[in-house]
Amino acid sequence: MQFSATEPRDGKPTGVGQILYPKWRSVFARLRKERTGAGGRLLLLLVVGGGFWLGTFRIAYWVLKYLGTTPEIGALLAGKILSMLLLAFGSILLLSNLVTALSTFFLAKDLDMLVSAPVDWGRLYLAKLSETMVHSSWMVALMLVPILTAYGAVYHGGWLFPIAVLGALLPFFLLPTVIGAAITLILVNVFPARRTRDLLTLIALGAVGGVVLLLRFLRPEQLSRPEGFRNLVDFVAELKAPSHPLMPTEWAASAIMNWLERVADPLPLLLLWSTAGAVVVLGAALHSRLYPSGFSKAQEGADKYVAGHRWQRIATRLLGWLPVTRREFILKDLRVFFRDTTQWSQLILLAVLLIVYVFNIRALPLYTGERVPYLLVTLVVFLNQGLAGFVLAAIAARFIFPSVSLEGRQLWLLKSSPLDLRAMLWSKYWVGTAPLLIVALVITAVTNEILRASPFMMFLSLVTIACFTMAAGALALSLGVLFPHFDTENAAQIPTSFGGVVFMMSAILLLAAIIIVEARPVSAHLQAYQAGVETEPFSPDLWWALVKVFGLCAIATLLPLQKSLRRLQALEV
Amino acid sequence: MIALHQLTKRYGKFTAVDSVSLEIPRGMLYGLLGPNGAGKTTTMRMIAGILRPTSGAITVAGNDIIRQPMEAKQRLGFIPDRPFVYDKLTGAEFLRFVAGLYGQSGPEIDRRVDELLELFELTPWKHELTESYSHGMRQKLIISSALVHRPEVIVVDEPMIGLDPKSARLLKDIFRRFVARGGTVLMSTHTLEIAEVMCDQIGIVLAGKVAAAGTMAEIRVQTSSGTASLEDVFLKLTGGHNERELSAILGD
Repeated sequence: MQFSATEPRDGKPTGVGQILYPKWRSVFARLRKERTGAGGRLLLLLVVGGGFWLGTFRIAYWVLKYLGTTPEIGALLAGKILSMLLLAFGSILLLSNLVTALSTFFLAKDLDMLVSAPVDWGRLYLAKLSETMVHSSWMVALMLVPILTAYGAVYHGGWLFPIAVLGALLPFFLLPTVIGAAITLILVNVFPARRTRDLLTLIALGAVGGVVLLLRFLRPEQLSRPEGFRNLVDFVAELKAPSHPLMPTEWAASAIMNWLERVADPLPLLLLWSTAGAVVVLGAALHSRLYPSGFSKAQEGADKYVAGHRWQRIATRLLGWLPVTRREFILKDLRVFFRDTTQWSQLILLAVLLIVYVFNIRALPLYTGERVPYLLVTLVVFLNQGLAGFVLAAIAARFIFPSVSLEGRQLWLLKSSPLDLRAMLWSKYWVGTAPLLIVALVITAVTNEILRASPFMMFLSLVTIACFTMAAGALALSLGVLFPHFDTENAAQIPTSFGGVVFMMSAILLLAAIIIVEARPVSAHLQAYQAGVETEPFSPDLWWALVKVFGLCAIATLLPLQKSLRRLQALEV
Repeated sequence: MIALHQLTKRYGKFTAVDSVSLEIPRGMLYGLLGPNGAGKTTTMRMIAGILRPTSGAITVAGNDIIRQPMEAKQRLGFIPDRPFVYDKLTGAEFLRFVAGLYGQSGPEIDRRVDELLELFELTPWKHELTESYSHGMRQKLIISSALVHRPEVIVVDEPMIGLDPKSARLLKDIFRRFVARGGTVLMSTHTLEIAEVMCDQIGIVLAGKVAAAGTMAEIRVQTSSGTASLEDVFLKLTGGHNERELSAILGD
C-alpha cells in the first residue's frame, strides 16, 4: 500500500462500476441477511408480491380481452390506455427523480469521499445517474411487469416480447432521470440544498396530488360507456386529450404496440434512443459546468430560525393538564412534525386521498332519477365501511407507522432517561390516533350522508369505524416498532418499507374480519326487508356482532401495543 | 456510586465485555481507557441503561439499573460519543425537552437552561434549530443536557471530541468541581494526557476485561512500569507499532 505524497499515483482511472461497488455490495449483503434472518418475511413478500402481480395481471388481461371484442377500435384503445398509463408513470418518474437526484447527487453520505477522490466527473455523473434511475424507477418497473405481461398474452407478443419492452422502456426510464437530475442541478445552484429539498418535496407532493385529482376529474369511468359519446370521432378525440405525438410516452407506447401488432416501424424506437442519448450528453455537459458550484452550495444552508411561537404557546396551554414528561414529549413530536417538510407536506397527499374518496362516493351512479332500492343503498353503505377503513389504514401507514422510527438516532436519549417507555408509546398512540379518529368519523358521516344512509347504518358505520381506527392506530404504531427504520433520512420512505406492507395487510385482514362478522346480521335484516317482514334492525344478533367487533378491535389494539412495548424495552441502540 | 459486578455482554459468540467488576465511589473521577473495540462504549451504554447486560449487575447510586431503572436513571447524566440531537428543535427547546424527560419543568428549568447555554457560549444560537449547529456546538448542547436535571453521576463517552480548547478546558473544570461537590464521573477517553491529569483512578480495558485498575501509582506497580508515563504504560499493555510497519506505510 502506498500513501506517500511524494510519488504520483498511477493505475487505471476509477470506473462507474467501481463507484457503484459499495451500493450493489450493500444490496447483496442486505439480501443475504434477509435470507438467513427471516425466511417468513421472504415468504410473506413473495405472497404479497405474487398476489399483487396476479391481481393486476388478471384485471389488465380482462380489460384488454374486453376491448378486443370491439375489433375496429380495440387495438387503438389498448394503445391509448398504454400511452395514458405511461404518461401517468412518466410524470411520477419525473417527480421522483427530482427528489432522488437531490439525495444521490448532493446529500448522499458517500459524496464527500467521491468528490475528494480523483474521480472523473463524467464517470461520477454516469454512476450517480444510474443510481438515481434505479432508486426512482424500480417500483414503476415492477408495476409495469404484470400489465405488460397481459398485453403480451392478449396480443401474442411471443418470447422476444420482454426484450422489445426493455428496448422501449430503458430510454423511457432514462429520460426523466436525466431531466430530473438537470432540474435539480439548476435548483441547487439557485437555492441551498436543504431549501431545495423542502421545495422539491412540496412541488413533488403537490404535483402528485394534482395529477391524481386531474386523472380522477377526467372521469375515466365515462370511457367504459362509449354510448355516452355522440359518435366514435368524439370518443377518440376524448381519448387523445392528454397525449401528444411528440411525447416520449407516446413513442414508448407506439414501439410496444408496433411489436404487438407486427407493424415494422422503427421510428418510435429510434426517436426514443436518439433523444435519450442526446439528453444524456446535454445532461453531462450541464453537470460538468454546474456540479462543482452546486455541490459546494449544497453543503450550506441548514434551517436556522423557527416560526409558529403563537401555536406553541396555545399547545403548551392546552396540554397543561398532562404530566410534564408526556406533555414535553407530545410537544416535541408536534414541533418536529410541523418543522419537517418531508413530514407535514404529506398532509397534501392526505387531503387529495380524502377528496378523491369523497368524489368517488359522489360519482357512484346511485341516485340518477329513479327510486333506489333500500337493499342497494344499505349494501353500498355497508361496503363503504371497508373503503373508509382502507383509506384510514393508508393514512395510519403514512403518519403513525413511522413515528417510532423517527426517534432514530435520538433513542439513546430516551433509553438513558427515566422516561417510561409505556408512557412514550401511549403518547405516540394518542398523538396519531386522536386526529385519525376525528378524520374517520367525519369522512364516514359525510359519505354516509351523501349515500343517504339509514340511521341504523349510520350508527353501525360510525361505531365500526371508530373501533377499527383505534385498532389500526395501534397496529401501525406497533408494527412500526417491530419493523423499525432508525437510519432513514426521509420520513416519506418509511411507509413503503416491508413493515409498512405488513401493516397494510394486517389492517386489511382486520377490516375483512370485521365486515364478515357484521355481514350476517346486516344480511338477515335485508333478507327480512326483501321478504316484506318489518324487523327491528338493532336485533340481538347485531348487538352480539358489535360485541365481537369490539372484542376483535380491543385485541388488535392491546396485543400489538404490549408486544411492541416489550420490543422497545429490549431494544439495544 | 457506580458499581459493576461481573458485568458481561455478548453479541452471539463475541464477548464485548467480559466479567468486569468495578467500584467507583462518590466524589471520584474515574477514567476508562482502552484501544478501539475494547468494550468501553458497550460498558458505558450498559450503565446508562441503553444496552442490557448478558449477565452481571450494575448499580447507580444504590439502584439496580435493571430492577429500578427509573430511580437509577433519575440520578444519572449520560453523554454519548456521537452528538445526535433532534434537528428540528432549537437548542433551548432541546434542553427543556430533556428536563421534561426527567419530570422537571417551569421557571426554575428555564433559568437553568439559560445558565447552561450561557456557560457553554450557546446563548446567541439558543433559538436556532440544532441542524444548523456545528459538531462542537452539538457536543456542548449534549453536555448541557446531561447537566440540566442536576445528576449525581455523569457517564461520559469521549467528551473532548469536537470541542475547542476553551470548551475542553471548561469541561475539565466542570467535571473537577462536580466531583469536588460529591458527584461521580465515569469518563472514557483516548487522550491519555487528559486522563493522567484529570482522573483520580484509571481502568485500562483490553478485549472486554480490565487489564489494570487503580491510581497511576497502583497501575505502574501492577504493570511493573517503574516511573513510566500513562502513555508508555498503555502502549506496553496494548502493544505498539514498530519502525518497520511505519516505514512500509509511509513508503520510505
